[in-house]
Formats: sequence, C-alpha cells, structure tokens
Amino acid sequence: MTDFVAPASTDDTPIEPTLPGGWELVVGLEVHVELDTATKLFCGCANQFGSEPNTNVCPTCLGLPGSLPVMNETAVALAMRLGRALGCDVNRSVMARKNYFYLDMPKDFQTTQYDQPTNSDGKIELGDGFVVGIERAHIEEDTGKSTHVGGGGRINDAEYSLVDYNRAGVPLVEIVSRPDVRTIEHAKAYVEELRGILLATGVSDARMEEGSMRVDANVSVRPHGSDELRTRCEIKNINSVRSLGRAIDYEARRHIDLWTNAGAPDQETRHWDEEGGRTTSGRSKEDADDYRYFQEPDLVPLEPSSEEIAAIDASMPMLPAARRAALLAASDADADAIGILVERGQDELAMVAIDSGADGDKVVTRLVNDLAVDDWSNVTAESFTALIQMESAGDLSATQAKQVLGDLIEKGGDPAALAAARGFEAMDTGELESLVDQLIADHPDEWSRFSRGDDGDRKKMQGFFTGQIMKATQGQADGKAVAQLLAQKSA
Amino acid sequence: MSERISRGDVEHVARLARLELTDDEIDLFTGQLGDILEHAADIEALDVGDIEPTSHPLPLVNVLRRDEIVASVDRDEVLAQAPANEAGQFRVPPVLGEEP
Ligand SMILES: [Zn+2]
Repeated sequence: MTDFVAPASTDDTPIEPTLPGGWELVVGLEVHVELDTATKLFCGCANQFGSEPNTNVCPTCLGLPGSLPVMNETAVALAMRLGRALGCDVNRSVMARKNYFYLDMPKDFQTTQYDQPTNSDGKIELGDGFVVGIERAHIEEDTGKSTHVGGGGRINDAEYSLVDYNRAGVPLVEIVSRPDVRTIEHAKAYVEELRGILLATGVSDARMEEGSMRVDANVSVRPHGSDELRTRCEIKNINSVRSLGRAIDYEARRHIDLWTNAGAPDQETRHWDEEGGRTTSGRSKEDADDYRYFQEPDLVPLEPSSEEIAAIDASMPMLPAARRAALLAASDADADAIGILVERGQDELAMVAIDSGADGDKVVTRLVNDLAVDDWSNVTAESFTALIQMESAGDLSATQAKQVLGDLIEKGGDPAALAAARGFEAMDTGELESLVDQLIADHPDEWSRFSRGDDGDRKKMQGFFTGQIMKATQGQADGKAVAQLLAQKSA
Repeated sequence: MSERISRGDVEHVARLARLELTDDEIDLFTGQLGDILEHAADIEALDVGDIEPTSHPLPLVNVLRRDEIVASVDRDEVLAQAPANEAGQFRVPPVLGEEP
C-alpha cells in the first residue's frame, strides 16, 4: 500500500481556503487528561511523573491475582468538577472492563466507564462564540509505558520491549466531543479552551509535553452542505496543539484524495508522524475493536447526591469564558489580547490595575507585550498596579516602566524601590524644558521644519527632537511630556 | 455440541486473549462455554420485567478511599517475579502492532 503524499502544510495556515472544491472537514476530539491527585485511581501508589521506572507499583496496579481496586475519592471529585465545568449532567455511573491484550495493561483489561459514564451532554464555548458539544467525560485508568528496543525503536522491528508500570492506574478523564468542529482553528481553540478550564478548576496540570493531556482527533470529510458522517480515522500520537493542526490538515487531504481517486478510506487508527509530517496506518484490521466490555464486579457504582453536585457548583471558580467577558467589559481592549491574558492567567493582574483606575487598554497592552514570559510568579497584582500608577502619574517614562517591570519579573518587590535603585526619578518639568530649549537653539533648521512645515515634516521632526531628548536623558524623559513641550513652544 | 457457541467463536475469543488452544481444548471449551450460555438462557426465560436492573450483587454505592500515598512495593522483588527484566523495567517479547 502506498501512502498518500500530501504537499507539506505550512503550520498555521487554515486548511479551509485550500480544501479542494466543495469538501467540508468534520472533526471530533478525544482528550485524555491525567487528574491531579496524590495517588492512582485504585491503589495508594503515587501518581507522579518522572519517577524511576516501576517504583510506583503495587499488586493492584500490576494486576496481580488477589488484588482488589478501591476508588480514589479525589479522582471522583475532580472528574465531577470537570463535568460541571463543562456543563455536563453528572450521573450515577458504573465502572466497566475493556478487555484487550497488550503489554501496557498488566491486567489485560482497562478499567473504564462504558454505557454509564460519570459526565454526559456538556459543551465548550470557544473565544469566538463557537460551541462544541461534549458527548461524555468518563473516568478511566491510564496504561503503563513501553519502550521498543532494537530495530531503530520502530515497534514492528523491535527485538524486545521494556515496560514501566508507574503510569498504569493513574486516574484519567477522557473528554469526548461531538463531531462539531469544522475548521483546524476551532480544533486548536477547543484544546486550548479545555486546557484553560482544566487549569482554572485545578483538575489537571494539562501538560501536553509531559503527556498529562493527550489529544486524539477523529477526522473525516464530506461534501459541503451534506449532513452525513463519512468514514473517520482516529489520529493518535499528537503531541502539541501545532501538531494537531498539521495532523488534521494532512488527514483531511488524504481522505479527499481517496474519495476522489480510490473510494472510501478504511476506518482505522492512524499515527501522526511528526517528523514525516504524515499519518501512518496503525493496527491491522484483524485486531478490530472487540473489547467485550462488561461491568467491573470488584467496584460498586458511583452515585453523587444532588447536595454534592450543588457543592461543586458553589465552589466553581470563574472559568476562562467568564473571565474574558469580565475583562472585556472592564477594559474594552482587543478581544485577542484579552484571550491571551486569560490563557496566561494574567487577567487578574489586569482587573486589579483597572479597578484602581488605570486605563484598561493600556494595562492589557502592557501585559500582553511585556509580561510574555514563562515565569512571572514574582509579579503580584499589587506591584503591577503600583507600577502602572507610577507610569500614569508621569513618575516613570514608558521605557523606564518597562525596565522596572523586567526587574519585577526577575526579583519581585516594590516598584518604587526598584525604580529608585535604577536611579529613575521623575524628571523635573523645568529641567526638561531647559533641555528642550537648548535643543531648539542648537537645531534651528529642524525647529523651523517642525513649527512651520507640513504634517509629514512635523511628524518627522517630532521624532528627531524626541530622540535627541531621550538620548540626552538616557531614556528617562517622559515621551508625552516632551511632545507637550514641543507643541507648546511651536504654538 | 452446543448451538449457542461455535468452535469459531471460541477460537476468536482465544485469539483476542492470546491463548493458544489445541483442537481438543477447543472442543472441551466449546462444550463448557455452551453449558454456561445454556444456563444464562434459563435465566433469560424468566419474566423479570418488574425487577430493577442491578449492577452489583451488594446494595452499595460510593465505596471510596482517601487520596493518601501508601508505600509501593520493592522494585527488585517485583521484577524478580518476571521472566526477564532490564534497567528496572519488565523485558517482554517484541509486540506486533500498535497499542489498541
Ligand atoms: Zn499501585
């Protein structure tokens, strides 16, 4: 079988404008997230990433005969919390055995939920208002991790495999969307939004690079305007939001090529090959899904009371969508910029600064541009607000404020003290004025172009004079004050 | 030989569980599994329309434990139970095909 070769996709270009004539994309997403618990789902072994292999294992998570699972109450609480955050119904639920034979699952079955999941029928609203339905969000256990040795690490050429069961039994929730997504941008936005909800609720640390959040995409295409669901392929091994876009793009083109030239694609699981930029066929058809699900006899049903659910709702923090709306109402800033701040968790800084009277648009812009760092834990709402106030009052120029913010990111503290340590003092208006006068005297030609020239000249010369002043004051002068002085003197 | 399950069904289930069965064993298990299904059919014949479905024989729900770490077992002891190990991991024969 020769694999379809699609033209290399350029990362972030949406597929839609280039989708060959009359095809529509249909995507559903299945996201696995590891719950932020201390222990595994059914035993007291630590739920910890990066431990030495097979050091967090016991008879239960190794599936040894005679061991019995007991459900972790925190895992159940977090799963229900996520369900409510996704607007789901939280149901009476029953665990089930999904039987299959594979080295990563020592019991030869995965304990999961089948026809009675904990959460069902929710939705996620994306930043632009597009709504993706959630079919279910069920509890299950994670599998172990295998490494294939020899044959260049490729599974089918391996000489043998090594297995680490530290991850086996780690609590997961699998969030299954409805096939509502029609564009790559929405697929990516869905994952980002879900990640924001997971972080806001404390359900998971949602790190794609560490595997605590894993995204599979069900991809199919259909003629525009049709409401049929054609054969889909499930794409696994997607390790970043960027890869998600590339994988969907490749797979959609592969399907269109097949429908156009060869007929229906096979319904199968495929693997995203990051380096090759393509998907490859996974399991052989012989191993078609036949999991022989049945109810887990060693675990009893979960039956949340309406009081429990009410308590979850009452303790729900503000979710990203509501935080975006609040900041938009308070600042009237650009929606994309607001989205970025909420994603970074910096909207709280903005809200406090705006509440203290700072200009919303300015606050949002400053945060978006100057707090684009991974670690900003030293910056508090109080210190950021104090800094913005110093800038607004003219005690610091924009350049100085930026430098003080840099210090704040690095070591924290009181912005006034940090400004003083850098020798930043508000320049006396008289001092600034004499500098401006001196400059005008030194550059009569430029000054006449400024005061008598056309708009273009005036603008150019304003730049010249401001630049000279900044040079003379090493950036300490307030640009606004300089502009005012120049305007006054030419009037 | 039971009509409720065929030799083919037994071979299929054995393959899913990666069990290698001899012809005699397939005959034996086809008969035994047929008997079990026969028994289930007896129960199926009862009128249970008024009975609430149960998912567990005991009338219990929400049996939970606290999220507290309990010491794991000694790795060397566990690995010693396996036919082969390497670098702190279980060493197993090569696997064909991807994870389900
Ligand atoms: Zn364990």
